[in-house]
Amino acid sequence: MSTAYEKFTTGSWNETINVRDFIQKNYKPYEGDESFLADITASSKTVWESAEALITSEIKHGQVEIDTTIFSGINNYKPGYILKEEEKIFGLQTDKPLKRIVNPFGGYRMVEGSLDAYGATMDERLEAAFKGFRKTHNEGVFDAYTTEMMTARTVGLLTGLPDAYGRGRIIGDYRRIALYGIDYLYAQKQHDLVTVLKGAAVEERIQLREEVKMQLRALLEIKAMAASYGVDISKPAKNAAEAVQFFYFGYLAAVKENNGAAMSLGRNTAFLDIYIERDLESGILTEETAQELIDQLVIKLRLVRHLRTPEYDELFAGDPNWITEALGGMGQDGRTLVTKTTFRFLHTLTNLGAAPEPNMTVLWAESLPEGFKKYCGKMSIATGAIQYENDDLMRPLYGDDYGIACCVSAMEIGQAMQFFGARANLPKALLYAINGGYDEVKKDKNGKPVKVVDGIPALKSDVLDYKEVMTNFSKVLDYLAGLYVDTMNTIHYMHDKYAYEAGQMALHDSIVKRYMAFGVAGVSIIADSKSAMKYAKVTAIRNEDGIAVDFDIEGDFPKFGNDDDAVDSLAIEAVTEFSNNLKMHPTYRGALHSLSVLTITSNVVYGKKTGSTPDGRKFGEPFAPGANPMHGRDVNGALASLNSVAKLPYKDICQDGISNTFSIVPDALGKEVDTRVNNLVSIMNGYFGNGAFHLNVNVFNRSLLIDAMAHPEKYPTLTIRVSGYAVHFNRLTEEQKRDVISRTFHERA
Amino acid sequence: MTGNIHSIETMGLVDGPGIRTVVFLKGCPLKCAYCHNPDTQNCGGGKSYTVSELVNFIKRYKRYYDVSGGGVTFSGGEPLLQSAFLIEAIKALKAEGIHVALDTSGYGDESYYKALLPLVDLVLLDIKHYDDLAHKKLVGKSMNGLLKFLSYLEEHKVKLWLRHVMVPGLTDSKESMDQLFHHIEKYAKLVEKIEILPYHKLGVEKYTQLGMVDPMADIPEMDTEAAKFYESYIRGLLEDSKSQDRKTISRRSAV
Repeated sequence: MSTAYEKFTTGSWNETINVRDFIQKNYKPYEGDESFLADITASSKTVWESAEALITSEIKHGQVEIDTTIFSGINNYKPGYILKEEEKIFGLQTDKPLKRIVNPFGGYRMVEGSLDAYGATMDERLEAAFKGFRKTHNEGVFDAYTTEMMTARTVGLLTGLPDAYGRGRIIGDYRRIALYGIDYLYAQKQHDLVTVLKGAAVEERIQLREEVKMQLRALLEIKAMAASYGVDISKPAKNAAEAVQFFYFGYLAAVKENNGAAMSLGRNTAFLDIYIERDLESGILTEETAQELIDQLVIKLRLVRHLRTPEYDELFAGDPNWITEALGGMGQDGRTLVTKTTFRFLHTLTNLGAAPEPNMTVLWAESLPEGFKKYCGKMSIATGAIQYENDDLMRPLYGDDYGIACCVSAMEIGQAMQFFGARANLPKALLYAINGGYDEVKKDKNGKPVKVVDGIPALKSDVLDYKEVMTNFSKVLDYLAGLYVDTMNTIHYMHDKYAYEAGQMALHDSIVKRYMAFGVAGVSIIADSKSAMKYAKVTAIRNEDGIAVDFDIEGDFPKFGNDDDAVDSLAIEAVTEFSNNLKMHPTYRGALHSLSVLTITSNVVYGKKTGSTPDGRKFGEPFAPGANPMHGRDVNGALASLNSVAKLPYKDICQDGISNTFSIVPDALGKEVDTRVNNLVSIMNGYFGNGAFHLNVNVFNRSLLIDAMAHPEKYPTLTIRVSGYAVHFNRLTEEQKRDVISRTFHERA
Repeated sequence: MTGNIHSIETMGLVDGPGIRTVVFLKGCPLKCAYCHNPDTQNCGGGKSYTVSELVNFIKRYKRYYDVSGGGVTFSGGEPLLQSAFLIEAIKALKAEGIHVALDTSGYGDESYYKALLPLVDLVLLDIKHYDDLAHKKLVGKSMNGLLKFLSYLEEHKVKLWLRHVMVPGLTDSKESMDQLFHHIEKYAKLVEKIEILPYHKLGVEKYTQLGMVDPMADIPEMDTEAAKFYESYIRGLLEDSKSQDRKTISRRSAV
């Protein structure tokens, strides 16, 4: 231990597991600019060229390789390499880069669908044994689902629920392996079993004790997996190369064991920087070799893959894994958490070129160092690969060692986890208020509309009366909230039972805080629909079944995205009501309710499943992504649009995050490069200063995307940010590409 | 008092310093052949705003102005056509500590200038052409209005950004830049910046939508690199002139 901790300042981190304390006692804030950064080394370049060739070929041919000889697990695969002798950081999910794992624990139907899509077959004996003897999460959920839950799912009132695949959104504190070594972590968990987890055998304690035992086994598997690469992680890391390697093995174990939608990385740059600084001082590292460690780590992260079905891709396009790394932010003592390694991490976008993963997420704060703000602005303009989230909003709620799971979900690293819950379709809920609780699209066997919500009276007139519709809407939301919470409780009960993430939870405290993350889609449609009914005259056009299939709108009405309180307040009202409704219903394991306004790319699928809405949106047309205003309705320019979104309340209401995607053409941002950077930084200072939560920044011309759609081969790695993540443009479906192109570009130059 | 407003752009990043709210006022006395906002030319239509409605909206972006050194820019159309409204609006904005720029061609009612110009922090002045005949042909009016406006700016010591839309075949030459500079040389002290804006086709759809004939339908876009070259050339002329001015002053003071 003595060499591992040499020159480190001691503290409570030496007494118990406390990575934050270690960081605070030892890290060096960096207030300068990017001029110190080093180019890519020859080794990294060689490794990256091999990896990139594989990625490019995978995108081009749409083919994937699958290991069908075994099922997922932390230590179920032989070690794999890209070019062993040039690699500084080891470890692949399987024995070959990009070869995908079959994870059956979420649900076997999903596995079959994926294998069929790629013409692969699972080892027959394994498949038969698994299906014969092992129940999955998916089977558990469907055994316990009620008819009402099934209906809500079928009609698309609740979509994207993690009831057939891994829930993800859990961030292990992978740093713990580097700081403490597996043996210490193992001993601490054993200690927990005989101390805090001792007591009467009530259900809660029985479950937790079983889980901690599974965590102990997982720790041994992580150690064995690392050993298969010839690395001993039983003791603390002694230098930066080991720290990066040990940390990465922790993450690698997570993506071998689980195929969650979002498998995020946490917040690691200040931690790793401590080791790098120590090695730079003692001459073990140079800036080049320090950068090399980070470049090689990022190469590995860019190779993470999961086996998905084509339907899944339609929802979340482009093979995203949300390997989200939270960068920067401020400490509670007022020092910035930006270090040189924060720069080094972003610099991989230069050394390796732009790419969607890892999902670079800058925690923006008013008092971030100027040099860092400008560097971020510059990299955003150059690569379009960065998203920004408001540290000044999150720090008071989560402290200064939180990370971001997926796109926008904050949680305390190692101390909290999240039950992910996709989202509810609010425009559909509004249509139920207009259609007496019947679905506007789905028909039963007899060709009649399906009833989803009971007790919703038919409207008195086809001319929509705002108050009458709102009374019905409240009833629908109230019903939906209860159903949603119950559905989530069922899902996560079964996920814990059949697909528990032992490896990730082993890198958490034994007693954790839990969030239950609900979501809504279509907030801007709700705001505009309410506004149309309130300020214009909206008449429902009904079909022979009495279902409103279209709406006739007379007169103009205020629209969300123009910084007009008359309508923006209607959006706030809707999310607040729904958020409060959710909190009326108890959650599984006492999880804290939270709510996001986020769609990822599913806004396109939502649109397909939702009939015409009173705001003038037609059946099948996409929703706006996340909290964005509807395309083309924000006519007062970008800041008015940003101001509208900034009004949506984060704390206590939408505390799982509010996503906003912003596209601007370079010429509108300014005439010279420096001016563009300064303007972008000022926009973010203003936007986040106004209390806004999130911003995806894209800087490019619409014509570029149109050209990329026609000539994908010219843009093999064009990266754009969609709601909450970045994606290779070429990996979107044609429909999603069209949707992205049709979005509002701020282009008045 | 109300103003007739065509539209508002809350993220103006190219019409003056910093982040600016650009207010496009309706109506213009000129008819520039290359106008990219032909929908603002006539005085009708638009949305009516009272001074307080407009100021309250603009104030919402104060934080953005503060962090960027920005403010509000009145553009158009020709904002000077609504000078009475402008005076009241700008007074209210100044009371809020907001920087105000005026994006104009210099064709308005002179009787307002005395009250208006001292309120304005910056004028973005569009110079259409250096030759009076060509000027008439291009925009429908002689240069006199512009020259007169310049003399008012000098009288009130208003800071100035000069802008010139460069059209291929019209003024894309060093000689043209020399001639253009000749007109403004005596105001060099006021001039903080000269911008050459390459003629672009972004406004052409508007002509079709409005059922108007695009007078420059046959003219191609101006090459942006060439425009940059002429911009640095004329900026050089301005710098030379200013530094000579400074030398003269220092020589005088030495004496």
